[in-house]
Amino acid sequence: MRYTNSGQLVNLDAAHDEFGMFVRTEVPEEEGCYDPQNKLWWDRNTNKPVVTHTEGADPFLRGEFKLADGTPVKPAFQLLKERVAEYTPEWAEGVTGIPADTIKRLAHEMGITARDQKIELPIAWTDSWGKEHDTVTGNPVAFHAMRGLAAHSNGFHTIRALSILMTLLGTIDRPGGFRHKTPFPRPIPPCARPPNDPRAVQPNTPLDGMPLGWPADPDDLFVDKEGEAVRIDKGFSWEYPLSAHGLMHNVITNAWRGDPYKIDTLLLFMANMAWNSSMNTSEVRKMLTDKDENGEYKIPNIVVCDAFHSETTAFADLILPDTTYLERHDVMSMLDRPISEFDGPVDSVRIPVMPRTGECLPFQEVLIELGTRLKLPAFVTADGARKYRDYPDFIVNWETAPGSGIGFLSGWRGKGGEKSMKGEPNPNQWEMYAKNDCVHHEVLPRSYQFMRNWNKGYLEWSQRNGITRYSEPILIHLYSEVMQKFRLAAQGRSITRQPPKHLAKRVETYFDPLPFYYEPLETQASDKQKYPLSAVTQRPMAMYHSWDSQNAWLRQIHAHNYLYVNALTAKNAGINDGDWIWCESQWGKVRCMARYSESVEPGTVWTWNAIGKAAGAWNLTPDANESQQGFLLNHLISEELPKQADGSRFSNSGPITGQAAWYDVRVRIYKAEEGEPKQTSPQFPPMKKYPGMKDAPTWLAYLAGARKKGGAK
Amino acid sequence: MKPAFSVIFLTTLIGAAQGLFLALFTHQSYALFGLLPMQSDDFYGYGTLIVMVLLAAGLVASFFHLGRPERAWRAATQWRTSWLSREVIVLPAFMGVAFLFGVSHLFGIRPEIVTLPGGQVVDLSLLLGVVGTLLAFALFVCTAMIYACLRFLKEWNSPLTVINYILMGGSSGFILAAFYAVSAAPDQADFFAGWAIIITVLALIGRVASLIRNARLKPTSTMQTAIGVKHPKITQRSMGAMGGSFNTREFFHGKSDSFLRAIKPAFLLLAFVLPLVLLAISLSTPALLGLAFILQYVGLLAERWFFFAQANHPQNLYYQTVG
Amino acid sequence: MTQLALVIDLNVCVGCSACVTSCKEWNTSGSAGPLVDERPYGENPTGTFFNRVQTYEMGTFPNSETMHFPKSCLHCEDPPCVPVCPTGASYKRKEDGIVLVDYDKCIGCKYCSWACPYGAREIDEKQKVMKKCTLCVDRIYDMTMPEEDRKPSCVKACPTSARLFGDIHDPESAVSVAIREDGGYALMPEWGTHPSNHYLPRRKTKMKIHADELERADNPLKLDQQLPKPDKDQSTMDDVSAW
Ligand SMILES: Nc1nc2c(c(=O)[nH]1)N[C@H]1C(S)=C(S)[C@@H](COP(=O)(O)OP(=O)(O)OC[C@H]3O[C@@H](n4cnc5c(=O)[nH]c(N)nc54)[C@H](O)[C@@H]3O)O[C@H]1N2
Ligand SMILES: Nc1nc2c(c(=O)[nH]1)N[C@H]1C(S)=C(S)[C@@H](COP(=O)(O)OP(=O)(O)OC[C@H]3O[C@@H](n4cnc5c(=O)[nH]c(N)nc54)[C@H](O)[C@@H]3O)O[C@H]1N2
Ligand code: SF4
Ligand code: SF4
Ligand code: SF4
Ligand code: SF4
Ligand code: SF4
Ligand SMILES: [Mo]
Repeated sequence: MRYTNSGQLVNLDAAHDEFGMFVRTEVPEEEGCYDPQNKLWWDRNTNKPVVTHTEGADPFLRGEFKLADGTPVKPAFQLLKERVAEYTPEWAEGVTGIPADTIKRLAHEMGITARDQKIELPIAWTDSWGKEHDTVTGNPVAFHAMRGLAAHSNGFHTIRALSILMTLLGTIDRPGGFRHKTPFPRPIPPCARPPNDPRAVQPNTPLDGMPLGWPADPDDLFVDKEGEAVRIDKGFSWEYPLSAHGLMHNVITNAWRGDPYKIDTLLLFMANMAWNSSMNTSEVRKMLTDKDENGEYKIPNIVVCDAFHSETTAFADLILPDTTYLERHDVMSMLDRPISEFDGPVDSVRIPVMPRTGECLPFQEVLIELGTRLKLPAFVTADGARKYRDYPDFIVNWETAPGSGIGFLSGWRGKGGEKSMKGEPNPNQWEMYAKNDCVHHEVLPRSYQFMRNWNKGYLEWSQRNGITRYSEPILIHLYSEVMQKFRLAAQGRSITRQPPKHLAKRVETYFDPLPFYYEPLETQASDKQKYPLSAVTQRPMAMYHSWDSQNAWLRQIHAHNYLYVNALTAKNAGINDGDWIWCESQWGKVRCMARYSESVEPGTVWTWNAIGKAAGAWNLTPDANESQQGFLLNHLISEELPKQADGSRFSNSGPITGQAAWYDVRVRIYKAEEGEPKQTSPQFPPMKKYPGMKDAPTWLAYLAGARKKGGAK
Repeated sequence: MKPAFSVIFLTTLIGAAQGLFLALFTHQSYALFGLLPMQSDDFYGYGTLIVMVLLAAGLVASFFHLGRPERAWRAATQWRTSWLSREVIVLPAFMGVAFLFGVSHLFGIRPEIVTLPGGQVVDLSLLLGVVGTLLAFALFVCTAMIYACLRFLKEWNSPLTVINYILMGGSSGFILAAFYAVSAAPDQADFFAGWAIIITVLALIGRVASLIRNARLKPTSTMQTAIGVKHPKITQRSMGAMGGSFNTREFFHGKSDSFLRAIKPAFLLLAFVLPLVLLAISLSTPALLGLAFILQYVGLLAERWFFFAQANHPQNLYYQTVG
Repeated sequence: MTQLALVIDLNVCVGCSACVTSCKEWNTSGSAGPLVDERPYGENPTGTFFNRVQTYEMGTFPNSETMHFPKSCLHCEDPPCVPVCPTGASYKRKEDGIVLVDYDKCIGCKYCSWACPYGAREIDEKQKVMKKCTLCVDRIYDMTMPEEDRKPSCVKACPTSARLFGDIHDPESAVSVAIREDGGYALMPEWGTHPSNHYLPRRKTKMKIHADELERADNPLKLDQQLPKPDKDQSTMDDVSAW
């Protein structure tokens, strides 16, 4: 109750402008990117509304109440309960194929474990409301969802539901539960905002704001007066409002179409956009070389910064050869996904371990050089002089604001390296990281290690160290006002911006303050009779996306991939184990080999992600298994959903976050004809070697660290 | 198992050599007791030369089986435990004795050693012949035991393996002897051909017996014991090496089941039935003996190929699926 | 007497193959190396590895299970691969039970590999000698390394700690305890090779839930006073009991 907004009263007066929002009292508080405690509970003791967290109050979680002015209200938890009532195990069985009994058993196991297997650790802590606790209660239930849910266009709500479930089980940041890592927890949503006005983008002027961020309401969207997208990826638009990660998978298509604008130069860095980082790979490859009526390239210039011979480099007008991570300095900074541990913040660096092997330059150096030559304010002094010698110098000396003491690295700050998290730049910071295995790990006091959403000590530590702006408690949103704000805007009932007409319905539908289930958008737009199967991918544990096939050892583990099909499904389609088959979606088809599996649900087929390669790429020989028997499922996945009635197309992404819906595609499978080549399709002309690239040796015998032997037989 | 051609040639060539040696010495022994007319030293000497040629060819073939032939001498060190090591010792010993046997005949170095009560004179060649005979049998045993001693290769792990090596080597040696005799001592050809028929019939019985035995074998190791999971339905989805490995090359014959099925009647026909028919006819038309030897040799190559291919190594349980 | 071995927990192994590549990395650079790879960037790449991770499926959907299964030389206590070796290149060390190949003696006759029922030996096609897991013998005794690193490379690399290493003849060692208490078993016991490496079986954690456990003592329904109440005019015992 105290840790979430479950007891907070929601205004249910359908006529009211604040419908669906929490009722607020007149407690004057500074509004920021946190929840001020100005909402109401309905107190069981006094049977009256009280300000939340009032000492001695005991809020109702369920029920229906009327405020003095007659406004009908319900606690958020009551609304949640009403919402989930229809989602019974029997209902879920129909969607997932998991027997209702199994679902019930799992539910019982979770609930009983959370209730009866609690442990108490003698760790004293103080909560945000000043209450002292002698112990921390541990609760051994936790689960983690990543791409499997996020890469479906309904994933946002599914993951929200899972998080709410963990919250209800009481496992958030408890021993044995779902633990936080610094810089989390952060306010919901965190403070960083993207620019919200097209004027933030001006020629020869640095962007006015953060390139990415978390919109908290419609006024934070990056749209123009008509409500149309400003960014080339249409991130932070009414189509994909909360796209905190951007929509990389749509950039090429949008640029090719000139929607929302045409571009002159496309710079691709460390993303294999002509292969597995794109959906609809065959078409995207065409777009990269497509010409308009005047014979001009639709995307005139393509610059690719890559360290390897990727499929994408074949499309580059200019390749910027990057160093590999063995040859350069890098930081896994506290400012961007650090490697923190549960017991405290950890950040890390890379320091070159070998000389550069070719004519290459760390891309970071290129960026700093460019910034300096362009005289971007971060890189030059007031009188226009160069500020940073190079990347290592930049990392050490840059601060979020002059004198803030917050920089990229949290370790060994201060003149002599005596400070942690915050402090003046330390000229010897790199050396100190080097001496400490390239890692800085600050272990928090035990009393700061748990319950961090509401742990006064931790939140103040976090604020003092410049990690979060506020030290207010971070209540978990069982009911999301952020979502409701967008919904109200879509209903035309807000003082904020409102979506253009053609998007109003979409925003209203998907911005539900409570999680709900809907069929993935692409499934809704597919002929399920014709394409009865769902096709998904999984990351091979031994490989990292596109580039591990260059590793002679790893490619012996995954030289190519099969489509895994439930044995019964395959037999019904007349397909034998190992047969060449076609796998076809409404967008295209691939020829590949089938492998029986008993571990895959009969309505689903799957394959490894990114094992298939284009012939000749990655310095593999054109007859290498990766291109001849390996295949890429991305040829079957469209980057856009089928046309709307008005001819416009949405990205094949979540309608809330714009997360790419890699796993929504529907397919059918059938045996390849006798006499068809025993080779995957589509095939592309083999990539050529670039000047200076050596022929692959026919054998190798590494003596790591010493010498490398290899050559022709 | 994958049939290794070096080993196929080795075992068939030295098998024939051993058989030929035994044939020659059998003749000499018969002659000693006056059961047959003693032949000239040249007959035995040049016959032994053929033995030496076959042995040398086998030895050359065997080197192709070694990754590091320059170290082959080391293989003689583990005679206490290793049948391969024993073979490595016995083969040259047999070669040496056979060589001396040939020398003693060709150069007439046949000092008397002892006179038997019946008046038969035991000379050096006879002594060498006895020793050579023992070594020839020892070599058969060593060669065969290399295969027969491997417990988990159940197709090989049987006394029949040893018996058949002896019988098949004997058969091809006696046919060769008969063929040799056609030109060197025509009136003796029937003696060799007669024995050849007997041995070939025995060899056929032995080989068919082992085929019948092998057809009834039940594997001791199963998927369940291989990975220690007691589930009736276990399927390998990935063997962990998509481009193949030593384990997929060395232990699989790489041919289709139908090929395997076709090879069996082929080698029975070539190695046993046809030679028997030809031997029978040869009693009137000796010229066919050469054909008999050649057909049988081809048949024995096929037999040895099949011998390997049919052996199902338990390690194969671990290497079934590319995935 | 000491018998060093690996104990692999199949309940924990996720099949990531980190042990495969770390084994290759260590051993190609160490005294067993270099370990050749043929056609490293071409068709059907192949090479010498001491450790492979395989995947098996048991059962039929939906009652099916996937098991990842790493396999290297099992350092048999009674290794059939050793006596057959004609050169003495294959041997079992008295002091710690590790089965090794002396590459300077091996003639590459492959006979030992025929004698191993587990397919644990692989010839190096470049050096033409037989190779196999050395139990990282050039690592576990290397006093120049910190003690925590004196373990096989694959054990160090395993992200899930599925691989244990130790002396299975010492009843107090972690490996012996694991074998004893978690049902450690050997592969193909029928051949009497007595593999030293053991596997811990997959285990199901099943909860037995009794109906009464599903009742909550502090039922929130009670707290919110919303438990259904019978109508006042329904018959009760009050109406009939007179004392
Ligand atoms: N080894 C390796 N590690 C990596 C990467 C790599 O390439 N290789 N990439 C890194 C990156 S960039 C990312 S984004 C992360 C991603 O990490 P994960 O999210 O773990 O990604 P995947 O392994 O692709 O997992 C997708 C899983 O979701 C399942 N799935 C698909 N649809 C559904 C569904 O509707 N419900 C459920 N419950 N499951 C579903 C699929 O079968 C598959 O098993 O991994 C990172 N780590
Ligand atoms: N079907 C399907 N498709 C997917 C997914 C899926 O689950 N299913 N997952 C998606 C996800 S979550 C992701 S993150 C993408 C990732 O897909 P990719 O973007 O292809 O991922 P990477 O392998 O990280 O490689 C990107 C490029 O970086 C290059 N590179 C590597 N190191 C360096 C370096 O040091 N400097 C430079 N400049 N370049 C370098 C590589 O050569 C490669 O060309 O794939 C997406 N595609
Ligand atoms: S690549 Fe390996 S070590 Fe790095 S984060 Fe992923 S699993 Fe961990
Ligand atoms: S597993 Fe094979 S190679 Fe290893 S000791 Fe046992 S029999 Fe020998
Ligand atoms: S291959 Fe080497 S180790 Fe194996 S039996 Fe032959 S000589 Fe011995
Ligand atoms: S013990 Fe060493 S040699 Fe053996 S599998 Fe592990 S890493 Fe490889
Ligand atoms: S490293 Fe560990 S988890 Fe990964 S495959 Fe090997 S034993 Fe299994
Ligand atoms: Mo990703």
